[in-house]
Amino acid sequence: MKGGDENELARLLRAAIAGDERAYATFLEGTAAIVRGFARQKIVQGGVDPEDIVQETLLAIHTKRHTWISDAPVLPWIYAIARFKLIDAFRKRGRRVEIEIGDIAETFAQPEPETVSDREIGRVLDGLAPGQRSVVAAISIEGHSIGETAQKFGMTEIAVRVALHRGLRSIAKKFGRI
Amino acid sequence: MQTNDLIKALKADAAKPSMPIGRAWWIAIIGATIAAAIAFLLLIGPRPDIVAAAHTLRFLFKFVITLTLAAIAFMVLRALSRPGINVRHIAQWLVLIPVLVGASVFAELLAVPSGQWGTVWWGSNVYICLTFIPVIGLVPLGVILAALRHGAPSRPGLAGAVAGLLAGSVAATFYAAHCTDDSPLFVATWYSIAIAGLMFLGAILGPRIARW
Repeated sequence: MKGGDENELARLLRAAIAGDERAYATFLEGTAAIVRGFARQKIVQGGVDPEDIVQETLLAIHTKRHTWISDAPVLPWIYAIARFKLIDAFRKRGRRVEIEIGDIAETFAQPEPETVSDREIGRVLDGLAPGQRSVVAAISIEGHSIGETAQKFGMTEIAVRVALHRGLRSIAKKFGRI
Repeated sequence: MQTNDLIKALKADAAKPSMPIGRAWWIAIIGATIAAAIAFLLLIGPRPDIVAAAHTLRFLFKFVITLTLAAIAFMVLRALSRPGINVRHIAQWLVLIPVLVGASVFAELLAVPSGQWGTVWWGSNVYICLTFIPVIGLVPLGVILAALRHGAPSRPGLAGAVAGLLAGSVAATFYAAHCTDDSPLFVATWYSIAIAGLMFLGAILGPRIARW
């Protein structure tokens, strides 16, 4: 997906909010590439791992996706969240950062693939309640479906969904505060 | 955990997003108004001569100012709670408030002999005004901050202050129905100070409540 593909991302997010999981995954992948390019462009002196910003932004987008108005442009919304999370990350590490907050206009960053390293999210995940932690890990790292996870832990699918939902919210809350 | 793994988890949690922020704001403003109305009726109530007062320009103009302020603060706050919205565009409307207040103060200075300016400015309800606008606005501020928490303000301190402005203008609208000091000189001074108190409180609470 191209970084500037505003209409396509907006269409995918609308479908996702209506419950289309596949559209949601495609939206998140496209968004991750855009935010990665943005974070790498802004983090010039190191100190913050761009991929942490990507993950924190995706979590914020997930827990705050009800703040997007379905007829508003989606890229300014994504960039505003990414910028907020980036500034927050610098602030937490005791650094000053000069990033324009008010401007809507954003130089479009090139979407970039992920590089592998340790992630803060792993540390946050370890701090979750054991039940939530194993459900989130099973669905994310191990790649199981809701149904498979339910079977694996002898839970109902609803209980798995609730544990996942609460686990993700809790990660989003704690992320970046360590 | 790699980003693709995270996406798998987010995708599995795609069902049922929270209430759209637009609806949350309407619920909050209705809730805040009801809370202010209850506090107003329990604590002070309308002035006895409200029917006669409703025929006077000074009394009515108090509501023009407080309701205009409430409407603009509401729009600005909604924008502040949504990432990527150009707030400045909407915040420009706030200029209307000093214009309205300034015009009414100017007209009052022309209408009232200069010897009485001090008397109408101080009025007879200064301490009641400074007490009850903040008191009536406290629960509304809580309701409004709860809605702000549901949103995603990238400037939570500023958003908190505007939440205080909104709560204060809702409270001032009810208080204006109680107060017998209708002079724009009184309103411009004491209402402003009372509302500023709630703004200060909101600015402190905003970053603590609306973290995300």
